[in-house]
Amino acid sequence: MNNSLWKDAFDRLISNKLSLFGSIYILFIIILALITPLIAPYDYAYQDLDLGPSGPSALHWLGTDTLGRDLLTRMMYGSRVSLMVGFLATMVALSIGVIWGTVAGFSGGKVDTIMMRIVDVLYGIPFIIFVILLMVIFGRNLILLFMAIGAVEWLTMARIVRSQVMSLSKQEFILAAEAMGVSRVGIIYKHLIPNAIGPVIVYATLTVPQIMLLEAFLSFLGLGVQAPLSSWGLLIRDGAVSMEEYWWLLIFPSLAFSLTLFSLNFIGDGLRDALDPRTSDS
Amino acid sequence: MFNLILRRVVIAIPVLLTVITLTFLMVHSAPGGPFDEEKAVSAEVLAKLNERYNLDQPLSTQYFDYLSGVLVGDFGPSFRYPGRSVTELISIGLPTTFELALYSILFALCVGVLAGVLGALRPNTALDYIPMSTAMIGICIPSIILGPTLILVFGIWLEWVPVSGWGYMPGDKILPIITLGTAYAAYCARLTRGGMLEILNQDFIRTARAKGLSETRVVVVHALRGGLTPVIAFLGPAMAGLLAGSFVVETIFGIPGLGRFYVEAAFNRDYTMILGSSIFFSFLIVSFNLISDLVAAALNPKLRD
Repeated sequence: MNNSLWKDAFDRLISNKLSLFGSIYILFIIILALITPLIAPYDYAYQDLDLGPSGPSALHWLGTDTLGRDLLTRMMYGSRVSLMVGFLATMVALSIGVIWGTVAGFSGGKVDTIMMRIVDVLYGIPFIIFVILLMVIFGRNLILLFMAIGAVEWLTMARIVRSQVMSLSKQEFILAAEAMGVSRVGIIYKHLIPNAIGPVIVYATLTVPQIMLLEAFLSFLGLGVQAPLSSWGLLIRDGAVSMEEYWWLLIFPSLAFSLTLFSLNFIGDGLRDALDPRTSDS
Repeated sequence: MFNLILRRVVIAIPVLLTVITLTFLMVHSAPGGPFDEEKAVSAEVLAKLNERYNLDQPLSTQYFDYLSGVLVGDFGPSFRYPGRSVTELISIGLPTTFELALYSILFALCVGVLAGVLGALRPNTALDYIPMSTAMIGICIPSIILGPTLILVFGIWLEWVPVSGWGYMPGDKILPIITLGTAYAAYCARLTRGGMLEILNQDFIRTARAKGLSETRVVVVHALRGGLTPVIAFLGPAMAGLLAGSFVVETIFGIPGLGRFYVEAAFNRDYTMILGSSIFFSFLIVSFNLISDLVAAALNPKLRD
């Protein structure tokens, strides 16, 4: 039964052309990011100051920046940082949100009320400001960056999981498990989480581009990743500074980043249609 | 209705208190004092500075002093601009940022509602597909890409509009408004389309049509009121997003507003300015959320319970 559900979902997903395109592109970017240290044509910090900024050529496919660094190399290394922040922060948000939502939904009563009131209050707080504050005060540390972003993105996840768990826990098979003496922890892990996972996967997929955007936004303001490291936000910032003479420095990183955001959103939409047909908007 | 207002205001208070306390504690737990980076200040001068900014008091005293200041709109002095208060700096930047946000939201509403209504009236035709796919692109392209690209194409290559500024040259407001407003126009279009499609299928619309009202009247007077509810509920969060977006747009276009002051304060480590404007931003965002919730409830009785 379980298998056919996932197979159905997979079939539906790849029959949607946009999400198929998105999946292929993201897979391509992820593989490229993973093998970057093996195939990158140059070192990401290597400066060819004699060459300086040059347009696309046979030696430098996407050109070089104002310090003579190879743009393709910097984009490939940048994708590692951007993707890592996106996926790791989503994992952090996912873990906190799922645990919080399951406990609240399963406990019910006072515990639930208190836990969800906390979520309500946190929801009202403009977190972008807190992430900026964290970056300013504790330095522009990459690990801290995704921990901070992940720690603020779990609220919606907690709400989704809670409502799933609430509706599931009233169903007979949970009652049966309870009657047979399965422990609470056992019910949560064996029955609730596997059944609530569809909407969670959809929301997680849509969280990744949001977080990548937040990282790019911070790096663009100079508050995120710092040179000589690179990330897409940082490259777009550098490109915007020198675009008057060297347009390629803006256009290529922007293109790579936009396509990634598009793809992740397409995959998210496709997954929603595939896993959770009820909530899809026609 | 009164109960709803009361409940929302009651929840806004812990939110604001949490914000003030958290920002205060974060700024005060920053490694190193605000004057540490200055070149070798003598111990005597440092003590004087600390005394002047009340940094020699215990943390709890400072906190309650600060809190009572905030309640009357006093965010204390700026560390980096001696002789100026944070409140003064905020009031210099605010009008520009507010103008930018207002124009952008108007742009978003005009374009978005129009596109959404057109799509809903002719679903699944070119009039629907083209604006809606454009909207998808608009949502996905972030302002950090849209802004520089617009400058490159329309400012540098075509030379149609100035590349930066706000009110210095005719037309220099166009690109910032488009950059900030596009994503919201796209969201408005999708929300309007969804809301209108739902409303247009309801019985009272059929009644209105059956009694011979003109299509324009049916759409504008009867359907829009309900169809726009999701858009209005979205305006509060949108306003919050616009303020955060102003950080980027004001930086890109060199606009002297609150967003740019904030980013500059972040770079200069002007702690009182960061603290003050963080709290001020949070207050604005919480208020906008509150107002849009209440307006949505006033328009749609179903949301009141």
